[in-house]
Amino acid sequence: MSEIRVVIPTHLKTLAQVTGEVRLEVADPVTTERVLDALEARYPVLVGTIRNPETGARRAFVRFFACEEDLSHDPPEHPLPEAVVRGVEPFFVIGAMAGG
Amino acid sequence: MSGVRVLVGTSKGAFVMSADGTRRDWRIDGPFFEGWEIYHVKGSPVDTNRVYASQSTGWFGQIVQRSDDGGKTWDTVGNQFAYDGVPGTHQWYDGTPHPWEFARVWHFEPSLSDPDAVLAGVEDAALFRSSDAGASWAELSGLRNGGTGSRWQPGAGGMAVHTIIEDPTNPKRLYVAISAAGVFRSDDGGVTWTPKNRGLASGEIPDEDAEVGHCVHRIALHPSAPETLFMQKHWDVMRSDDAGDSWREVSGDLPTDFGFAIDVHAHEPETLYVVPITSDSVHYVLDGKLRVYRSRTGGGEWEPLTKGLPQEHCYVNVLRDAMAVDRLEECGVYFGTTGGQVFASPDGGDSWQAIASNLPRVLSVEVQTLA
Repeated sequence: MSEIRVVIPTHLKTLAQVTGEVRLEVADPVTTERVLDALEARYPVLVGTIRNPETGARRAFVRFFACEEDLSHDPPEHPLPEAVVRGVEPFFVIGAMAGG
Repeated sequence: MSGVRVLVGTSKGAFVMSADGTRRDWRIDGPFFEGWEIYHVKGSPVDTNRVYASQSTGWFGQIVQRSDDGGKTWDTVGNQFAYDGVPGTHQWYDGTPHPWEFARVWHFEPSLSDPDAVLAGVEDAALFRSSDAGASWAELSGLRNGGTGSRWQPGAGGMAVHTIIEDPTNPKRLYVAISAAGVFRSDDGGVTWTPKNRGLASGEIPDEDAEVGHCVHRIALHPSAPETLFMQKHWDVMRSDDAGDSWREVSGDLPTDFGFAIDVHAHEPETLYVVPITSDSVHYVLDGKLRVYRSRTGGGEWEPLTKGLPQEHCYVNVLRDAMAVDRLEECGVYFGTTGGQVFASPDGGDSWQAIASNLPRVLSVEVQTLA
């Protein structure tokens, strides 16, 4: 298991009633899918806000960043960067820059 | 003392406004759900402490909020709206087939008899029901699968079930309206549905009196005359006296018959309210004057109501779910504008007062009459 640091956008922090980073225990190998599984298990109110609960598809206006890279289009079962796994860098869930 | 609670959904949050029976001094609470689009907030007529709110954004999708204390505190409830089976396609704006895809809840209609039962009208157009106060939702798929769904098309705001009416004398009879498909009626509690658009004429579709395809903006019903329905269509104000089997135009002497909202006086079943909008291409009130029009004759003859409303340099719209009436002895009328104003009339429309003037774009206004 690895402790993963996750940063979620303001609206989702409000829904989940958290402030700051979220720390999640995630089984190895750590992937986007497993991080989101752990996030939704801890905060069920987030189910459906990041990805489609039936298909798992990322919502169109949500992106995933880490280590200054855009991981949004990586396969969800793709291992995350080592710096994220070791807790050096957070995994960011971002609302796409689209005004509003 | 009796009072009212006005529930306002805006493009950036919800507000709860309350007053005693005089409806002169208002307390405004909110914004709730800051930064989210609140398409609709509506309370149960059985338990006025129970209120549902539709909270959504294009980023993070649909959230459903429920309050059990009249809007003071809120809890998230179920937000999974899964179409029954493989949803197939409807028409896109250009007439090509387009897959059905859930976007958001436009309208909640709590049951007239059961505080745990509530219907939800959603985009892409479908009807869902919860019997556990919003914890879970199941589609009433007979509406979408009734045979005409593949011919429905979106209006400018999307393709949604935006109006739901339960016949107060017959819980098996339901009406919905869809932009742009039209009116549908169920006589078996929502299992099967029939288009009810005979008499409508819409120049925006190839066959102007087609069975479906009409951009009905809103329908309204008075509880004491449940066979009579009133409609604000894209263009035209219409009425039916046979539960939607046929419609006739009652636009009469309105300065323009384009509009979105329509409602009926709480105690006078032939007294109607509309807010005429310039045209389908100019979505604000005519001549910079915010005027509610009232008919005391069930349509046909209309009078402008202007006292207390801006009569110059006003260029706002009143959306379809943004007008409501209370049930106090002297009927109150309420509406909100795309300019962030919420107006109240404690005297059936004779005079108006701004409850709020600088809110975000108002998407919906509902009112609860409190004992």
